[in-house]
Order: sequence, then structure tokens, then C-alpha cells
Amino acid sequence: MTQALQDLGDYITAALSQDVLSTKLPKGELVITVRAAAIGKVLTFLRDDTNCLFKQLMDVTAVDYPEREQRFEVVYNLLSLKQNQRIRVKVTVGEDTPVPTATGIFSSAGWFEREVWDMFGIPFADHPDLRRILTDYGFEGHPLRKDFPLTGFVERRYDDEQKRVVYEPVKLTQDFRNFDFLSPWEGVLPGDEKAEG
Amino acid sequence: MADAEIKSYSINFGPQHPAAHGVMRMVLEMSGEIVDRTDTHIGLLHRGTEKLIEYKSYLQAVPYFDRLDYVCPMNQEHAFCLAVEKLLGIEAPPRAQFIRVLFDELGRITNHLLNTTSFAMDVGAMSPMLYGFEEREKLMAFSERVCGARLHAAYYRVGGVALDMPAGLAEDIHAWTESFPKVLDDIEALLNENRIFKQRTIDIGIVSQQEALDWGFSGPNLRASGIPWDLRKSQPYAVYDQLDFDIPIGKNGDCYDRYNVRVEEMKQSVRLMRQCIEKMPSGPVRVDDRKIAPPPRAEMKSSMEALIHHFKLFTEGFHVPAGETYTVIETPKGEFGVYLVSDGSNRPYRCKIRPPAFAHLQGIDFMSRGHMLADVVANIGSIDIVFGEIDR
Repeated sequence: MTQALQDLGDYITAALSQDVLSTKLPKGELVITVRAAAIGKVLTFLRDDTNCLFKQLMDVTAVDYPEREQRFEVVYNLLSLKQNQRIRVKVTVGEDTPVPTATGIFSSAGWFEREVWDMFGIPFADHPDLRRILTDYGFEGHPLRKDFPLTGFVERRYDDEQKRVVYEPVKLTQDFRNFDFLSPWEGVLPGDEKAEG
Repeated sequence: MADAEIKSYSINFGPQHPAAHGVMRMVLEMSGEIVDRTDTHIGLLHRGTEKLIEYKSYLQAVPYFDRLDYVCPMNQEHAFCLAVEKLLGIEAPPRAQFIRVLFDELGRITNHLLNTTSFAMDVGAMSPMLYGFEEREKLMAFSERVCGARLHAAYYRVGGVALDMPAGLAEDIHAWTESFPKVLDDIEALLNENRIFKQRTIDIGIVSQQEALDWGFSGPNLRASGIPWDLRKSQPYAVYDQLDFDIPIGKNGDCYDRYNVRVEEMKQSVRLMRQCIEKMPSGPVRVDDRKIAPPPRAEMKSSMEALIHHFKLFTEGFHVPAGETYTVIETPKGEFGVYLVSDGSNRPYRCKIRPPAFAHLQGIDFMSRGHMLADVVANIGSIDIVFGEIDR
């Protein structure tokens, strides 16, 4: 299985040498990183080439690395029923660079890309219907970005006087607690005498 | 009578509608009774599961998976546990794997019983629901006996399952697998040749093979279109490669086929459950690694080291080596994937959940075009959607 994937990776790299930036095989899963502008070409090749036949786009998602210059990784998971193999295609993009949409190649990309737009704020160029999908009507911000707080910014409740739902800034009755388990024990607790000594 | 010009108009279906299987709003553009376009608004049940998981340890993340597809909670825990186990490079002991498969199949029957019978109710048949729910209740009781909860199990753990099955449970489940096929026959007798049911489902919402692939369908909806693909067979996980079962497939890809595939799958699940009970070895149900699985209670009373391990595991949790994986399993609804990115700490850096029904619901637009309004309800019922997992 791993050998077959290795061969497939080599084949794709050879065929698309200008667009594939790297090929990796971590944990027995084939991952290729490609140029963002060429994603449409790569996905079309993967779908139609007789050695690939990745006819199904199972998932599109993204990962946020705020410390990187190109902070987002957009991840496409493809499945080939014919070859019984999976491939993961990645592109890295900055905050405002649009990624070419994959909706013309795989219909399933429509909602997946809308979700990525909603959650990360990565625009997809030429997407036919790039609206928010999971968050509330009129929601602001992109929740899965690492700089978006877990508690969010606004909370909503029904106001009995105004007879409608109102949005208010989040008020927490208890401060949000985020324990840092990675530091050594000293100085974790406030007033820890070991930290001062 | 003079030809009256029918003006197109749009109607709201939901957000609260008994046939929407949850909170979903659909804006239907209609020409008379015919649907031109559907615009599905989802996310009314969005709870930010993926964001929450990023702030929890790996152990604390498990119960979130029960709350995705709450009809078959344990199957999804399985996907997450397999993903973490893959990154950790460990494997659950054989007995734990058999227990997992047993309860996966139990969950599959629970799910299909709910879906097929509520689908029947959507198109006008009340009685199958009553038969189905009586059996479902028994399965819930089994789930309660093994983990203490009817729905939100939190039973699978990284490296095995939380506890071994209580004495006598395997025998009771085995006895149930003997009696269940008769109930299934009754349900089938009520529906399969029922004139109304057939009129409402045959040739409704046909999905061709090409469309099924293009729209990312998986599971029973893909198989109903005639594509023999099941992750339990083609990319086996746990102990499915040691078990003998068949994959039912449909022919036309209409609502009737999707119903039939699910009913046949239930029969195969009964077979699988029986084999699991018969082949189940004895032995531990959790990996013997104190850095991942907690020590037994008794040991903690006398061993300082065990106490420290226990404390560290339930406060800090275990660290998972940096890496990433896209691990999939065949849940009752289709391919459920967990794309897990670890940065080497005790919390997932990113945990993307790929719910099968998300892709299926997206397809409702092309499936419903040109059909009558009432057929939209049949389509929704037949693709088996649960909003817990679509909205996450």
C-alpha cells in the first residue's frame, strides 16, 4: 500500500512538476503541497488521469498557523474508488489571497468551501455562492481562526421589553480559564511561593 | 377553462418542521407544485464543536463526538479514537476491537431503525415507527448497560474502551439478534410492497452514479446508486477483515433503493454482531500503557506511581506526537472522517470533522429539482440527515 502511494506520488510529481511543491508520506497517507494558483489544474488532473481517478472530493478544510507568513493551509481530501486510495492536497495562502474555487471540478466543493470561508475567512475566487453557512445570519468574524476567542464576542438573548432577540457583548460570570499544562509546575498557580523563590 | 399563468413563488420550509429531521430552513422556489430550486440554510444547531475540541485534552474531546450524530454516538467516537491511536502509533487490544465493532453495528441498527421508520412516517406510514422504536429501546438498554448512558456514551477511549462489558450482556445481545430479524420482517411486510409507500418513493430523487461521486456521497446513499463501496470492506479498520458480511447495493438510486439498502444493512449488522460475540477473545480492553490509559482503581490505593499517573492523565492528559491524519470509518450515514492535526501538545491543534450528511444535504438541491413539494420531504427522509453532525 505504502509503496503504491509512493509510486503514485512520484508519478504526480513527474506529471505536474511545475505545480507540485512537495510530496510527503506521513503515517502512510499521501500528502502533496501545490501552488495555490494551480489548484484547479491539479484537481482536474487528479480526477481525470487514468492512474489517479480521484473521482470524489470528500472534504475541504483549512488549518490556521498565525505565526507563519502564509497563515492558512487549505486541505483537500480526495478519494479514488477505482484505486482504493486517498490523497491529501494542500495549498498555503495568506490572509486575503483568494484560492481558485474547485466547484467547477467537484460539485461537492460548494458547501465545503463555504464552510472554509465562514470559519476561516479564506475567499474562494469565482465561487458561485460564497455565503456564510454555519454561523448566524449577520455574524461577524471567522470563529476557527486562532485569534478568535473561544467565547466569541457577542451573546444573544430575548429581550422582553423590546420583544426581540438582542445581541450584547459577552459577559462571563467566571473568567475564561485556560490552564497551561506545558509549562513546568512552578508559577502555575497565582501566589505560588516557588515561582518567587 | 383558460390557461392560467402560474407565477413562481418561494416558500419557507422550516426552521421548525416535523419532516425536516431537525432544525433546517429551506427556501423553496416553486412553480406551482414543482420545485425549481432549493436553498438550504443550515447551522441552526452549530455549537462550535471543532473550536471547543481545540481547547480540550484528547480525553475530554471524546464526548463531543457523541453529540454530533446523536443517533449512533459510539461510531463517531470510534473515528476519533482511531485517529488519535494512529498518531500515537498504538492499537487497541483485540477484545476492545471486537467490543467496538459490536457496538458500532449496534449503533448502525439503532440509526437505520430510526431512519427507515421515520422516513416511512414522512411518507405516510405510522406503524413501522412503533415497531422500530420498541427494538430501538432494547438497543438503548444494551448501550446503557455497557456504559451507563442511553445516548451520550463516551465509552470508546483512546487505546480501547472504558470498561469491559458486564457479565451476561453478550448473551443478552445474542438472544436479541435471534429475535430481531422477525421484527424486521414485520416492518418490511408493512412497507416493501405497500402501494402508497412505493408510489411515494420509487423514481423519486434518483441519484445517478456520476452524480453520487461528484457530490461526494458515501455510505448507503452511494451504494443505493449501485456503487459497491464500503469502507468496512475496502479499507478495513478494527476487526472487520476477520468478519464475514455482504454489502447490499441498490440499482436505481431512488428513495426506495436507499430504504432497501438500509434494511438489508441491518440484516448484515445482525450477522456481524453475532460473529463478534462468538469470536470475541478474552483479555484486556485497554492498552497496557500507563501514559495513555489510567491504572486500575485498586492499584492506585497502594502505588504512588499509579496515583501520579492517574492524576497526570486526568489533568494534563497525554501528549500526542506532532503529525496529522485523515482517518475515516463507515458510520451508518457514510464516510465519517476526522482530520486531526497535532502539534505535540496535550490538545489537538485542529480537529476537522467530516460529517457524511453534510455532503448529502448539499445534494438535496439537485435531487429535488423538478419534483413536487411533497417529494422534497421524501428526499430529505431518504438521505438520512441528523443536524447534530451537519452543523457541528
